[in-house]
Amino acid sequence: MFMEYSLGDLGSIFAMQAFAGLILFSVYLLMALGLAIIFGQMNVINMAHGEFMILGAYMTYLCSHLFQSYAPGLYDSYFFVAMTVAFIVSGGLGLAVEWLLIRHLYSRPLDTLLATWGLSLIMQQTFRSVFGAREVGVELPAWMMGSLPVTGSIEVQINGLFVMVLTLFITGIVALLMFRSRWGLQVRAVLSNRVMAGAAGVNTQRVDRLTFGLGCGIAGIAGSAFTMIGSTGPTSGQLYIVDTFLVVVFGGAQSLLGTVFSALSISQSQSVMEFFMSGSMAKVITLLFVIGLLMLRPQGLFVLKIRK
Amino acid sequence: MSSDNNKPGGAGASNFRLPTRRQLLIGTAALGAAAMLPRSAWAQAFPTSAVNTTGLAVTDTEVTVGILHSVTGTMAISETGSVQAEKLAIEQINAAGGVLGRQIKFIQEDGASDWPTFAEKAKKLLVNDKCASVMGCWTSASRKAVLPVFEQYNGMLYYPTFYEGLEQSKNVIYTGQEATQQIIAGLDWVVKEKGAKSFYLLGSDYIWPRTSNKIARKHIENFLKLKVVGEEYFPLGHTQFNSVINKLKLTKPDVIYAIIVGGSNVAFYKQLKAAGIDLTKQTLVTISVTEDEILGIGGENIVGAYACMKYFQSLDNPNNTAFVSEFKKKWGAETVIGDVTQAAYLGPWLWKLTVEKAGSFDVDKVAAASPGIEFKGAPEGYVRIHENHHLWSKTRVGLARLDGQYDVVYETADLMEPNPFPKGYQ
Repeated sequence: MFMEYSLGDLGSIFAMQAFAGLILFSVYLLMALGLAIIFGQMNVINMAHGEFMILGAYMTYLCSHLFQSYAPGLYDSYFFVAMTVAFIVSGGLGLAVEWLLIRHLYSRPLDTLLATWGLSLIMQQTFRSVFGAREVGVELPAWMMGSLPVTGSIEVQINGLFVMVLTLFITGIVALLMFRSRWGLQVRAVLSNRVMAGAAGVNTQRVDRLTFGLGCGIAGIAGSAFTMIGSTGPTSGQLYIVDTFLVVVFGGAQSLLGTVFSALSISQSQSVMEFFMSGSMAKVITLLFVIGLLMLRPQGLFVLKIRK
Repeated sequence: MSSDNNKPGGAGASNFRLPTRRQLLIGTAALGAAAMLPRSAWAQAFPTSAVNTTGLAVTDTEVTVGILHSVTGTMAISETGSVQAEKLAIEQINAAGGVLGRQIKFIQEDGASDWPTFAEKAKKLLVNDKCASVMGCWTSASRKAVLPVFEQYNGMLYYPTFYEGLEQSKNVIYTGQEATQQIIAGLDWVVKEKGAKSFYLLGSDYIWPRTSNKIARKHIENFLKLKVVGEEYFPLGHTQFNSVINKLKLTKPDVIYAIIVGGSNVAFYKQLKAAGIDLTKQTLVTISVTEDEILGIGGENIVGAYACMKYFQSLDNPNNTAFVSEFKKKWGAETVIGDVTQAAYLGPWLWKLTVEKAGSFDVDKVAAASPGIEFKGAPEGYVRIHENHHLWSKTRVGLARLDGQYDVVYETADLMEPNPFPKGYQ
């Protein structure tokens, strides 16, 4: 398989593929973060995660239109506003959903699966009624398209770089929140032992609500960022949900570090294999690899030691 | 609509068996000035007992047809346009006097992007509602699901989508192109026009792109004697194309031949552009991106690509001008009309013409009368039904513009013959 390319070509293949893998890694991590927080910390299987992402994408679409009509001068920077709006709207909806739906189901984790799946259908149909059944095109500021030439045959895509920086930034913030803030301490306390944490004076309901809201808000940001690389339609969220669960489960549901490593290993193997075989085969082999590893380590790559 | 083409000429009258002199007189008089006569005159000339011998939902004033598309679920994106076109056609036919003097009433069912649901709803439309014909389906999977139902209960389906071929049924009229009609002329054109020597074939991983690329590869290698440097498929819904884009950069094919569908399309063209592949310099030919899909992709991401279709909204002929303006009047100025939407519009009209030629709503007679039916009022221009129940139609190549429309840069001189079972291509 290597014979048909020259040595120089091979060098640039590996450079570009490594970069493609890094972009894929950022994409996987960004979409999995919100779910990892909710699934890992609260044991709620949020099937509507993809729809929260698409809500963020639609907010971006709206912002792009608003800026075009009312503030064309600021159009180049609308994307940052859009991401903020996406975070607030998706996060806000997350808080409401937790209050209305999820909090009644904490003792029945499997029922959250059905409830959030129903929620995802409701959200899809709402998108369809509000924005139409067809996909919408989200226009991007010109500076976000195109690529930076590094050498003659190696180019770095600007939107890829953007997603990478964004992912680093958000992962950093989440890590800070989880491991350096008082709220993070409470979240981890609730995770280790809900009853004890409550007895020690932690407001577990408030912690749960904020965690769910934060997870949904991050999903919104992810959806907003993915308008650069993917489609925005009522059912586009479904495209991401499988990969997202794959990353979270493979990483070990309760470990943030696990999510990072799982996203890294899945994306790199996927990206490298995709180059040497067809896209479908690469996916099949990635899935086999994950299934095999999960059979050996059912709890995922990384496990938190929790006294049950 | 140039409605004079749609009135039956002598064809309708010639189908009377042993017409009495009186009937013939009424018939010719009615045919000559159909628009001016009250509607009941038609019904008198074609009594229900004579035009409906198989218990279809036909009365003296009304005939019921079915519309069966997905208006919910993932395929709603694509099928919405077809529903709109079919409703417009039915409305226009009714305004022009209906079919054999009967107003068309439609019953719409939702296939919900789920193939067993399609089969179930098809059965409902045929068995419970006794629909005289059904306009519907979009994906090949939904068509394959309803085909046994239509054959078992002897219904008539007008199927609008361009598809992979390899099928022919008495109970289906295929108003879109089968694969060879879409592919061969387009490849010949790009080789002649661009001097292309090497091709990279891409597709989503299911039957239509695979069959189409197979035909494309055979044509490129065996008939044009040129080279295919790569062929690759991606799962439906795939959103990461960076690896294949790197491969495209390395192999530098003269032509990228892309049959990617659905949400993947958007990801593919956005990432292609982000990777610095400028479609105004790199030739890309697609058979899966209509004006509908460009709404989601964004014109700025696909400008310069070529599409092989039989219809583009920008086609310049009087039929199409009227069609586009009527469509926008009914469904809003923002709507766009893609290839399949136009093909869906043909369904009710072809059925009307066939019924009037057969002088009967009976499915067997309609199926038998279908070959040779001509529709001069089609937005794409003249079309004719072939013996194999597909349409003779032209192949056209469009160049994508920034505003999401296509400029037609080439059309075949003659109608392309539909050939659902092409020899040497399988």
